Amino acid sequence: MESYTEQIRTLAVDLLKSGKVDVVIGYRKGSVPMATVPFMARTPEQAKQLTWDSHCTLNLANYLTNRQEKIGIIAKGCDSRNIVNHIVENKINRDQLHIIGVPCKGMVNPKELQALLDDKIVSYSESGSTLTIASSQAEIKIEREDHLRDNCSLCTHRNPVIYDDLVGEVVTEPVLDDPFKDVNAIEAMDTDTKWNYFDDLLDGCIRCYACRNACPLCYCPTCFVDESDPQWVGKGQNETDIKTFHFLRAFHCAGRCTDCGACEAACPMDIHVRAFTRKLIKDSKELFGWEAGLDISKRPPLDTFAPDDPNDFIK
Amino acid sequence: MKVIKIDKNQWTQGVDAARKSYQLFGPVKIKENYCFAPLQGTQQPDMNVVDTVLSPKSAVFPQTEKLLSATLDASKPAHHLMKRADTDYSPRAVIGIRPFDARAIDLVKLNFDTKEYRDPYWCDAHDATTFVGLAVNTPSQFDFSTSMGSGPFDEKGLDVLLVDTDSAYLAKVITEKGQAFMACAGFDQEATPDDVQKIEALKKTAEQAITTKVDTDNLKEKSLLDLHQAPFWDDVAFSCINCGTCTFVCPTCWCFDIQDETKGNDTIRFRNWDSCMSPLFTLHGSGHNPRGEKTQRVRQRFMHKLKYFLDKYDQGTMCVGCGRCVKSCPVNIDIREVCNLMNAYEPQK
Repeated sequence: MESYTEQIRTLAVDLLKSGKVDVVIGYRKGSVPMATVPFMARTPEQAKQLTWDSHCTLNLANYLTNRQEKIGIIAKGCDSRNIVNHIVENKINRDQLHIIGVPCKGMVNPKELQALLDDKIVSYSESGSTLTIASSQAEIKIEREDHLRDNCSLCTHRNPVIYDDLVGEVVTEPVLDDPFKDVNAIEAMDTDTKWNYFDDLLDGCIRCYACRNACPLCYCPTCFVDESDPQWVGKGQNETDIKTFHFLRAFHCAGRCTDCGACEAACPMDIHVRAFTRKLIKDSKELFGWEAGLDISKRPPLDTFAPDDPNDFIK
Repeated sequence: MKVIKIDKNQWTQGVDAARKSYQLFGPVKIKENYCFAPLQGTQQPDMNVVDTVLSPKSAVFPQTEKLLSATLDASKPAHHLMKRADTDYSPRAVIGIRPFDARAIDLVKLNFDTKEYRDPYWCDAHDATTFVGLAVNTPSQFDFSTSMGSGPFDEKGLDVLLVDTDSAYLAKVITEKGQAFMACAGFDQEATPDDVQKIEALKKTAEQAITTKVDTDNLKEKSLLDLHQAPFWDDVAFSCINCGTCTFVCPTCWCFDIQDETKGNDTIRFRNWDSCMSPLFTLHGSGHNPRGEKTQRVRQRFMHKLKYFLDKYDQGTMCVGCGRCVKSCPVNIDIREVCNLMNAYEPQK
């Protein structure tokens, strides 16, 4: 993906120089191997710091909420779908945006890469589809496709769905035989097994809310867990309160979640919170034939009403 | 100072002996990550853990801690009157705490145990605890403790410092509490002068293995207001998602929130870790929020760690260089970079 970096920089520099945008939001290299940092370039000079690699795991749509400037933004498939969500939900205007689309080849799981070496990874580089990781003792080369994040291996919208410029060529969208194998496995559990599964899933949650704050859908001015009058949820490490947070947050994402994986990328405790949102993605598809963030002219199924709704109870 | 040699074959037996008199905490694997937690049953501390996601601060400062309780049943004596919770302060020991984490607890003590105020919950827990540290022979790439007034073999805040020499632990017994723990565990074989020399050699190697250097030498003389008004805070804060990860993993973040909960006639008052990254942290009853903007909150965290604390107590920064926030921050905000920025900052006249 190296060549993407050069193209992104060129486009961003031009946008800033021409005054078409006030800022460009993208990624720059982090301070430790494999880290990228969401970054806002205000000048053409700063835009030369923009980068792209297989660790751009957060979702940049999260940085658009209620901004007023004209913004250039780098968007892989999932970011672009969340930009669509943001436009539909009036969190940003389409006119404010110049979207630099990046056909995505998938992001990798840094913990999986770390597990390949006995010692800490001290250097990282990539060339085409080959990634090179090294510790002080050893260096190995691996293929990106073999170490994708779980959500990236299940992604069927790698190309941006909305853009003004496209970096590189569109990539072939994968066709999955059984896209919801993981959800089906949980659905097949009996009640007790399922309860224990979710108990175990949330074990270790410290309620830092990194999942919520990394999520571009979670832009409520006051989250329900932060309300104090009335206080909906207890704030301690009580199991029921922790579950309430996760269950309710997931439901708020129904029909809106793009499975971008920012929640899991941000979680310091490695909690598989997508187990909840994946079920809602499946339900949205099966019940409403809906995939989130594909079309700026359509509202998500749970915030619309149609007079010709097929269900009687709603009429 | 007495140095005791503990053959590793004797270690488990000693831990089990200590367990009879102490509630033990140690590094254990919780799912994929290591954390400090109370050791259950015959569970042993994992002494090979390089770094834990969370610091051991919860041993004296639990994330949720019951402070007071009361009954609302009017037929009961002293109803509606809060009384102190019935917390167990019998002896406890934290095994395998890293020197920077013990140093952190020492710094936190400056806040919880002052001339004016003594936080009884924290102080009673601290008084009950023996800290049996484990020197860091091979520091992680995130460790910059030597720049922050600590180090891989730092003894501050510890009662015992264990040094792993492959076949044995060499235990420097630093305090009487430490002495009592060692006696209880049945560790009493004095180390030879040759053994003691090994400690110095390992210490030197470990300190040299930390290659990250963070500059703090100018922080004290910098003007607080200059730093507060420095132009770099917007850039530092841009990527921040305002989660509480850095504050929760930090061994010196001590802020808490107090809550009351009532179920039936039982009411309790408890405290939870809070986070200055959250807007709710400073939201006033009036609706005003003095730190309503993200940049203000990010600035607060670094200014508190690296400037306000230093100015107030003159005991160094409130960062011990454990590197946990650098490792866990979802957007790689790196306190080492921020510290260097602050240390080098010269206002434009």
